[in-house]
Amino acid sequence: MSILVTPKTKILVQGITGSFGAKHTQLSLDYGTQVVAGVTPGKGGQTFDHGDKHVPIFDSVAQAVKESGATASVIFVPPPFAADSILEAVDAELDLVVCITEGIPVRDMVKVKRAMQGRKTRLIGPNCPGIVVPGEGKDSFGGCRIGICPGYINKKGHIGVVSRSGTLTYEAVWQLTCRGVGQSACVGIGGDPVNGSSHLDIIKMFNDDPETTGMIMIGEIGGSSEEEAAEWIKKNCRKPVAGFIAGATAPPGRRMGHAGAIISGGKGTAAAKIAAFKEAGIGVAKTPSEMADTLLKMM
Amino acid sequence: MNIHEYQAKQLLAQYGAAVPKGEACLTVDSARQYAEKLFASGEKIVIVKAQIHAGGRGKGTFTTGFKGGVKLCHSLDEVVQNATAMLGNVLVTKQTGPAGRKVNKLYVCTAAEIKKELYCAILLDRATSRPIFMASTEGGMDIEEVAAKTPEKIFKIAIDPAVGMMPFHGRKLAIALGLKGGLIGEAAKMFLALYKTWWECDASMVEINPLCVVAGQKGKDTLLAVDAKIGLDDNSLFRHPEIQAMRDLAEEAPLETEASKHELNYIKLDGNIACLVNGAGLAMATMDIIKHFGGEPANFLDVGGGASREQVTAAFQIIMSDPNVKGILVNIFGGIMQCDIIAAGIVDAAKVTHLNLPLVVRLEGNNSKLGKTILKDSGLPIISGDSMADAAQKIVEAVKNAKVAKKNAKAAK
Repeated sequence: MSILVTPKTKILVQGITGSFGAKHTQLSLDYGTQVVAGVTPGKGGQTFDHGDKHVPIFDSVAQAVKESGATASVIFVPPPFAADSILEAVDAELDLVVCITEGIPVRDMVKVKRAMQGRKTRLIGPNCPGIVVPGEGKDSFGGCRIGICPGYINKKGHIGVVSRSGTLTYEAVWQLTCRGVGQSACVGIGGDPVNGSSHLDIIKMFNDDPETTGMIMIGEIGGSSEEEAAEWIKKNCRKPVAGFIAGATAPPGRRMGHAGAIISGGKGTAAAKIAAFKEAGIGVAKTPSEMADTLLKMM
Repeated sequence: MNIHEYQAKQLLAQYGAAVPKGEACLTVDSARQYAEKLFASGEKIVIVKAQIHAGGRGKGTFTTGFKGGVKLCHSLDEVVQNATAMLGNVLVTKQTGPAGRKVNKLYVCTAAEIKKELYCAILLDRATSRPIFMASTEGGMDIEEVAAKTPEKIFKIAIDPAVGMMPFHGRKLAIALGLKGGLIGEAAKMFLALYKTWWECDASMVEINPLCVVAGQKGKDTLLAVDAKIGLDDNSLFRHPEIQAMRDLAEEAPLETEASKHELNYIKLDGNIACLVNGAGLAMATMDIIKHFGGEPANFLDVGGGASREQVTAAFQIIMSDPNVKGILVNIFGGIMQCDIIAAGIVDAAKVTHLNLPLVVRLEGNNSKLGKTILKDSGLPIISGDSMADAAQKIVEAVKNAKVAKKNAKAAK
């Protein structure tokens, strides 16, 4: 088992016919992921063709779920329509929705989060790179790739990676793979101030996953997601965790690329997060070049 | 996006909050004309306020030596004197940094007799993903200081976004603030108007500091938003063209504005080692690692996930317009993006910009070998870095050596 998905999980793609969605659907199919349906309202009945693969397109998520048996969805819909797409997937009772879209209005996400209370669907993102569960094949082929992560940098193994940032996740994964250490799952939770799943949500899953033996948690300035996870890890986590926090040199009051990466009112500084990590016994990588080595030393 | 005080008050008034009567003025003459109207309508005092996107204006000092960006005026002559001293001059406050901000606009408004100063604000509480309404009896003060020293003086209510703020929330806060009688209902009405402004405008923050109890007509006290600050969610501007029109480019750093035209995310810092990175997290981490090895980052620059050749060239031009920059570090993790395309972009950019500073490039990921070959074959003095740590050490070293060489050359002369 891995967390959230397995290589067998059936995925549907909302926004499959847009250029970004199409490109990454092709890459997921190339990786061997079970992409079973696409949704673009008005294009139901058409197919998304890539090589010998022909993915049926539906007008609604509900139809796609009924016909294809998909249990997870990935969203590549532009920001003004993304909240609607998330809630459509929730309404269709999917287990998992991964929203890649960057730039969704905060108010929309506040509404989405409220509307999802008490529903069975888990949301990852928005503004995230998605999930990779590496497969058994060459360059981890045959895995489940939901989103925009490069698949080939992964290797099947036992380390869980969770991060708010895309390229920093790839950096950590690549460091592990280059040292011959594989991953159980890599999860990008996204850089927005309001997101579906926190560091802690994912850390708990890794802690319960028998296939995961250690974790890398990557955080950045802004909010308190890292501190909350650290607090829980201190009391409950049975596995070694290494961490890195980006933004020690970021000026306060400025948004560093990600909508959520901002030190406001003296809160959310890298120093406070690093202190919380140390307090919780999390191995802190002094530089982003040492994320894998810091964990491996602890294991 | 931030807006000026006068614009924040326009928005608040639209949603039913009580604000002073006032107008934005671009010239001394228009300030005089508007003040004349206010005096003629019976006002005894008129206030002239410098409009810049920074707080602490009242206690600020102009680079001319003139003190104060907020002035109470008892006569038209005073209005003209103060407006003349402020307009076109640079105001330095504790929030502007030593460089200060040029004052291009004034807000001329009525003054009221203040009896009590309160504080209130609406923000997003990230831990609960809900808006939170904060109020305090300590108006006119720095709220962070109040939160640190006397947190019991701050009252907070989380709002359920499915229902919105209710009048009872407002009354609860008013009572906590010690308001009595008719002011309780009036405060509730004011608070609901602030919440409505936050919600309808897609604000990231609405702050009224101070919210004042002032002497109203017929000896009855009333409430007035004496100062106001609104920050807006950039992601939502597409559905608010009227708010987008409030953007004041004069308040933004010119290089940052230029970068945004090319869809680059650039923030200027004070160091001398520029960096160009794909991805916000990696860009922050690159700044950190420069600092870790003894250098100072000159900027944050995220070229995004799918940077084109044109964007890379534009990014180099922007970086090099900063006169402090003495070296450049390019850090690319080509997950999906292809390193050979980036490498070609770097070679182009180095040629177009006649680059004469040390440049260290670290390419990892898709087609990275081909990318490194392109850099090597370009004939340009580009230093290759193997890892982030290696690249950061090399650029810090190169900048240091260039400095020493320059010093030695000077000494030899």
